[in-house]
Amino acid sequence: MKIHEYQAKELFQKYGVPIPRGRVAFTVEEAQAAARELGTLPVVIKAQIHAGGRGKGGGVKLAKTAEEVASVAGSILGMTLVTHQTGPEGRLVRKVLVEEGLDIEKELYLSLLPDRSTAKIVFMASEAGGMDIEEVAAKTPEKIVKVYVDPLVGLQPFMARKLAYGLNLAPDIVKLFLPMVHALYRLCLDYDASLVEINPLVITKDRRLLALDAKMNFDDNALFRHKDVLAYRDLDEEDPLEVEASKYNLNYIKMDGNIGNMVNGAGLAMATMDIIKLAGAEPANFLDVGGGASAEMVENGFRIILSDPNVKGVLINIFGGILRCDVLAQGVVEASRKVGVKVPVVIRMEGTNVEQGRKILEESGLNLIVAQDLKDAAHKVAAIAKA
Amino acid sequence: MSIWVNAQTRVLVQGITGREGQFHTRQCVAYGTRVVAGVTPGKGGQTMDDIPVFNTVEEAVRATGADCSMIFVPPPFAADAILEAMDAGVRVIVTITEGIPVMDMLKVKNALKGSSSRLIGPNCPGIITPGQCKVGIMPGPIHKPGSVGVVSRSGTLTYEVVHQLTLQGIGQSTCVGIGGDPVNGTNFIDCLRAFQDDPETKAVVMVGEIGGSAEEEAAEFIARNMTKPVVGFVAGLTAPPGRRMGHAGAIISGSSGTAQGKIQAMKQAGITVVENLGELGAVCKEAFASVL
Repeated sequence: MKIHEYQAKELFQKYGVPIPRGRVAFTVEEAQAAARELGTLPVVIKAQIHAGGRGKGGGVKLAKTAEEVASVAGSILGMTLVTHQTGPEGRLVRKVLVEEGLDIEKELYLSLLPDRSTAKIVFMASEAGGMDIEEVAAKTPEKIVKVYVDPLVGLQPFMARKLAYGLNLAPDIVKLFLPMVHALYRLCLDYDASLVEINPLVITKDRRLLALDAKMNFDDNALFRHKDVLAYRDLDEEDPLEVEASKYNLNYIKMDGNIGNMVNGAGLAMATMDIIKLAGAEPANFLDVGGGASAEMVENGFRIILSDPNVKGVLINIFGGILRCDVLAQGVVEASRKVGVKVPVVIRMEGTNVEQGRKILEESGLNLIVAQDLKDAAHKVAAIAKA
Repeated sequence: MSIWVNAQTRVLVQGITGREGQFHTRQCVAYGTRVVAGVTPGKGGQTMDDIPVFNTVEEAVRATGADCSMIFVPPPFAADAILEAMDAGVRVIVTITEGIPVMDMLKVKNALKGSSSRLIGPNCPGIITPGQCKVGIMPGPIHKPGSVGVVSRSGTLTYEVVHQLTLQGIGQSTCVGIGGDPVNGTNFIDCLRAFQDDPETKAVVMVGEIGGSAEEEAAEFIARNMTKPVVGFVAGLTAPPGRRMGHAGAIISGSSGTAQGKIQAMKQAGITVVENLGELGAVCKEAFASVL
């Protein structure tokens, strides 16, 4: 799960990680009030959306006067911000963060996350702050300092020092940096973060060290023990169909194609999308209805898939195994009637009683096309896409 | 022969009295697996279909000689269940549970290093040696005893692969689901090494998906160490970056973890890569013709 910068900064503050003074605002009036309260100019006005690259897209601007606060906030609030992470459709800005402007001497990069291949927490730090870290890693990997922490041993003082000296920090800044590293480590573990990133971490001309930006992502599997993080969820930042699907415990991701598909199991669902593409069509979605694939799941799956107006046909691929295909087929027929499916549906299924299942589908009188195997299913679906 | 589980394996089930635990225990027993014990804290002394239930894994191991555990414990308590099985010296710990927090798995993974236990999963269908022993939730009848080893990060996708092999008359030595989580116990390389060392396994099918670099590392291992032919498949060619595709571990971060990158690494390692899943069985038939 993702949260906004201002929310991440709330958590930073809770853990004693220094941040610029600031306030979130939903309207121009609130932005003006926030600037007055800060009592300083210039202020920085930052669009709050769940995507990076906001500055380049025009979502982060300086306001030098009280009048500018109103005009800048007015121009950012309500704008559709397009960045390299939002896709061409962009994202509507509904709130901004108003922060004190700082005199910056140097920008650094600092992040930490669980590393899947070593099973450790990895810190990454770089003097090349403010840049895309992937780009730094690709072009100048020697500029990134990495420290791996065994979670059973915990973060040791020498590890934090390695980061500090790797960043060539001056002695007065080292003193500020070390406790910050420890605080971030605690924050990451306490909250089951899948990423904590500060880009840039800044040294100001008056020798302070602050997180100018803050990004936190969380492990969805751990949200059951973080009710406070769940309260940060912003449904406006998610695709409405995906939100709807999540209510039914369906794993749905919207894509740009016109062949909907419904599959049990994530790996098979990805492979099915790939097959649609290889057959010359484009998948409209990813949808995993779970290993069980009950009639209710199929019905909800149909509703979600068909809410996408681009969908011209649907491919259902269920590898039942233990699941009985006659029961599944009955479920598909009932769901199709109930939902009123208008587009052709190709069904490929395997499992116990598969012949009885196919018979039920063929004799239903509905536009249900039975496929013999995966290849056959792909051909049948491609024919629909071309029609 | 086979790897890790066979007809002699004595299985205990952690979470045996839950709905899933009961259902799949019965399926395993019906397949012929020797399920000797169950563990549910607070239900020690009861039985489930004549299988004795114990309060702790240690008691269950002591009383029944179980050397393999199958875990159905819900995510908040699953890491604890794995650590308990490790503590009791269980040789193979098969964790079916989906949804264990990554931080919990980091601790488990690091604790495993000092132990003699092997963890399979989590978030996996389990392990099966066809005709001998099924420790997991996979449908038994699609399998056929034989000499092709299967290793996969997925569940139903593995069933699809196994089904196609069986339809081609190709039997399996052992099929291992290593799970779809970013941090798991046994990895591709562990399985590949075991298959290479197993005299009865003649060839291997490896099923990967987007996310992480396990397939690339496995490809390097294969190039250096495997003499047996390997056929590979990677799901997720059409997956968009930055999205978690069902499995917690199936996510392309930036430019790393793409199916294209994995396929390229596997091809370079001399692996026969199948791009269209529908053709996997037929490709295996051809690729393995000289060794089967």
